[in-house]
Amino acid sequence: MQRIGVFVCWCGSNIAGTVDVQAVSEALKNEPGVVFSTNYQYMCSQAGQELIINSVKEHNLTGIVVCSCSPRMHEATFRKTAAAAGINPYMVEIANIREQCSWIHKDMEIGTEKAIILGKAAIAKVNLNAPLTPGESPVTKRALVIGGGIAGIQTALDIAEAGFPVDIVETKPTIGGKMAQIDKTFPTLDCAACILTPKMVDVAQNDKIRIFSYSEVEDVKGFVGNFDVKIKKKARYVKEDICTGCGVCTEKCPMKKVPNEFNLGMDNRRAIYIPFAQAVPKVATIDPNACNMLKSGKCGLCAKVCTAGAIDYTQKDEIIEEKYGAIVAATGFNPISMDKFDEYAYNQSKDVITSLEFERLTNAAGPTAGKLLRPSDGKHPHKIVFVQCVGSRCESCAEKGKEYCSKICCMYTAKHAMLTRDKYPDTEVYVFYIDVRTPGKAFDEFYRRAVEEYNVHYIKGMVGKISPEGDKLMVRGSDLLNNKQLTIDADLVVLAAAIEPDKSARPLATMLTASMDTNDFFTEAHPKLRPVESPTAGVFLSGACQGPKDIPETVSQASAAAAKVIGLLAKDKLTGNPCVAQANELMCNGCSSCEKVCPYGAITYVDKEFRMPNRTTAIRRVASVNPAVCQGCGACTVACPSGAMDLNGFLNKQIIAEVDAICK
Amino acid sequence: MQVNGEYKPLIVAFCCNWCSYAGADLAGTNRSNYPDNVKIIKVPCSCRVNPMFILRAFQRGADGVILCGCHPGDCHYTSGNYYTRRRMALLFSMLNFLGIEKERTRVEWVSAAEGAKFAATMNEFTEAVAKLGENKRLEDLRCKR
Amino acid sequence: MQKITSEALINKACELLENKTVNRVLGWKVGEFAYDITPALFTDCDSLKSDFVFGDFCGANFSKYLVSETRKSDEKVLVFLKPCDTYSFNQLLTENRFNRENVYAIGIPCEGMADISKIKAAVGDGIVGLSSEGDKIIVDTLYDGKQEIDAKSVMAERCAVCKSKKCVAYDELMGEEGEIVDSNRFDEVEKLEKMTEDERYAFWQGELSRCIRCNACRDICPACTCENCVFDNPESSVQNKAISDSFEEKMFHIIRAFHVAGRCTDCGECSRVCPQNIPLHLLNRKFIKDINDFYGEYQAGAEVGNRAPLVDYTLEDLEPGEALERGAEN
Repeated sequence: MQRIGVFVCWCGSNIAGTVDVQAVSEALKNEPGVVFSTNYQYMCSQAGQELIINSVKEHNLTGIVVCSCSPRMHEATFRKTAAAAGINPYMVEIANIREQCSWIHKDMEIGTEKAIILGKAAIAKVNLNAPLTPGESPVTKRALVIGGGIAGIQTALDIAEAGFPVDIVETKPTIGGKMAQIDKTFPTLDCAACILTPKMVDVAQNDKIRIFSYSEVEDVKGFVGNFDVKIKKKARYVKEDICTGCGVCTEKCPMKKVPNEFNLGMDNRRAIYIPFAQAVPKVATIDPNACNMLKSGKCGLCAKVCTAGAIDYTQKDEIIEEKYGAIVAATGFNPISMDKFDEYAYNQSKDVITSLEFERLTNAAGPTAGKLLRPSDGKHPHKIVFVQCVGSRCESCAEKGKEYCSKICCMYTAKHAMLTRDKYPDTEVYVFYIDVRTPGKAFDEFYRRAVEEYNVHYIKGMVGKISPEGDKLMVRGSDLLNNKQLTIDADLVVLAAAIEPDKSARPLATMLTASMDTNDFFTEAHPKLRPVESPTAGVFLSGACQGPKDIPETVSQASAAAAKVIGLLAKDKLTGNPCVAQANELMCNGCSSCEKVCPYGAITYVDKEFRMPNRTTAIRRVASVNPAVCQGCGACTVACPSGAMDLNGFLNKQIIAEVDAICK
Repeated sequence: MQVNGEYKPLIVAFCCNWCSYAGADLAGTNRSNYPDNVKIIKVPCSCRVNPMFILRAFQRGADGVILCGCHPGDCHYTSGNYYTRRRMALLFSMLNFLGIEKERTRVEWVSAAEGAKFAATMNEFTEAVAKLGENKRLEDLRCKR
Repeated sequence: MQKITSEALINKACELLENKTVNRVLGWKVGEFAYDITPALFTDCDSLKSDFVFGDFCGANFSKYLVSETRKSDEKVLVFLKPCDTYSFNQLLTENRFNRENVYAIGIPCEGMADISKIKAAVGDGIVGLSSEGDKIIVDTLYDGKQEIDAKSVMAERCAVCKSKKCVAYDELMGEEGEIVDSNRFDEVEKLEKMTEDERYAFWQGELSRCIRCNACRDICPACTCENCVFDNPESSVQNKAISDSFEEKMFHIIRAFHVAGRCTDCGECSRVCPQNIPLHLLNRKFIKDINDFYGEYQAGAEVGNRAPLVDYTLEDLEPGEALERGAEN
């Protein structure tokens, strides 16, 4: 029989406000196994924990029930407390009487009654708890960073700095990501390339970092500390180690009309190309969809002009298998498609562009060499309208836009407006906005400068329709502050398109078994306290794949993720979760049902000799669970027809005891 | 079940640790009200829920049983909820085949971000079960109070 | 009614015993009454000749016996398998329940088995002898002497809707290779599905309330080969030896059917052995029908190594709510 202590937490008034904690601790006193029951203001505080420790010693407790906040919050805390008191940490159960009770019920009587039932369920469970000891597994001291934008770059550099090898996998032929496409950065207006490219070079030169560019993660198996990853290195038809990046091939290639994705299709590149001058790795890549040689075997010009002999038309996709201890997702974002926003005439007029296209138009390395010219006729625009929140904060347009705020648009629009007015003072600039959101160091000052120093016309209101008329774009919108409808005959319209997670994030999340929110942003293990970790152990989050972020925030999160990775890789061994499945060999049929449903391949079979009736023996095939691999989902426990499989910490009898306690 | 001579539906909700339990926590954090009839049992994954647990709940006086797990594709364990989906589709269909009201059993996918959905689901489910009245078809008279 | 004779099977068994291919034979043996046939193990030709029988009352599916029988000796055991038994045989192999090498399986054709309760209903009590001639069954009764009845009219329900006359597993096939049959085996399930919840509840309440919890359905079921059945395991929460509440009846049969869902080959043994004549196979068939409807046609035991539907999934599987809606549409 257990000797259980019950500790009811007030959580200040969070629980005590709607639950009569005294009544709860009194009521639970009489439950089977309970030898001590008390309540205290803050059980998680130092004093609260000491109360538990002293009670354990005083009453010889073997099990602890804490009626408090969610176990997701403090289960770990109280397990440590139990350990400090000298009992097995897994002899602790939490009754969640805050999130599931005091916070949702307003009536004291109802709250108290429910809290007692939840407490009884936890007591019923603890009565059947048994001490558990976690197993240990080794850690592969190498990290994988998926995505080579500024987030991935910063994370990789920081991990390498700590002395651990890192691999970056980037789907594009070069690292650099979105930041490489940006012209200037707010709020300091220094050029993005000037601060990004040195970091790219650092990555290339760091001998701890390997870059798998033009590559994708194909498969992830394993678990924290022991991931087995397959990386598909797509054939770029150029030998990476031989190509010097001289660029002669990219000038000679006869296929000149391939839309240049780096410039968002606003100009063309060749079939063999280097995305931009500072690309890392600076090697050419052949676009197999455009190259004549690869499509029809006719041409071969690049091979002829390549003095290094780097061209290899026979190159095949290559699968690289590597072990990692930690994986960082840094898959970044993309602006959403403007195809569904007919009201903004994005597909009708070339002069309606997105903000990222605007970045390329003002970038010295862009299609217009940095001159702000209209894409339709190459003329200098004199009246520019910026439309904010295109698809952001759009509750009514879920099918084409996003409900969330894309966060970065207010600032980059202010930047664009300011830069335009600075370079071309003869240009009138209008910005339509819902709200201007500028929290951040020196951000609001920046926006004020745009309005006050640069005379950018900020109009609170949304644009209803944009219609091309002649060479003008008639922008009809409302000015809410003046309560007026207005029409602006603009030369150029820039849409601040909402941003969304990269499309590769969803399949990657599935491979990593990392959870995502409804918008396909990765979910963090805790929104406030563990913002750079995924709930899946060993998977970390860096940059905009976790939520919209500007560069400073991305970089800080990237470094934070790196710190977490370093913390993990610095360990030689990990102690696992002891709540793993266990097969009762006497009952196991060896039917393989459990093996088939196990997502981790944790179950194998062994032949064992068993005693049978009449002094005979028989060899039977029985399941055996690898506790280091088992993650404790319990799929096997239900698949098992005989009930031979059970899950430590969530035993059949424990769950049934909880059911019984609740239904009593 | 009967409480002080009045019918008050008892709902047992099995919630997976990673999504739905967190969703329930979020409902609490947001102070989203849902009936106190709902009592949550935490399981690591919805696939841990054995049909025996569900029958046990009905036997002991539950009037409705709901299983909440991660959305398909989001299972912390990759595939657990896919098995749940099949098992429960078949089990619920069988219960209904035996004449058990189909409104008494439900599976709902609730992510950690869907506190509001959790509360709404529980409100709606409790109401639906309340309409049915007491669970008479899977009750065990020995467990009656 | 059966095309293959006892003599042919006895001769084959004797031959295999004599040439030491096998050292024992799982077969049917006449019991107290002609229709009361029991499974038996034969180890010599003499006993085969005196006791072995094959006829219209040899419904017993031997595949399950192989689990324990093969453990007893490394030498092969001979088993005769009717087409529906071969499915169970394969399913057990899929679940690694016995060693294929320890068995010599002979597939035999089956023309359908007779249901003694139907015969009794037709001729009354006091049956002292039974024989078959062509399509007729000759019943010798205490009171009315010999009566001839049409074999088809007294065929067991499960045989009337036979799903397959094809042996899907054997070392040797006797008689002709049969075909998979397009049967109407789900008609009865559909009839129930079309009822209202209340009607279905009343129907099953009526049927299951007769359950005396003798466990015969479980004990005969070739899918129920667990080393330790949950119903015998005090830790399982469902262990019980007697029905003491109507809940128990339903719980027992739901769990029983669920445990074999996706593994049940629809051999119908559960209903055959039920002393209370509860149509238990309808529960299993409901699962089979649902599995077919929800996840595509699946026949347990059709091949060794098939992945049972409940240990499998697709990303697009229907939701449990949709499953219930489909039920409501019927």
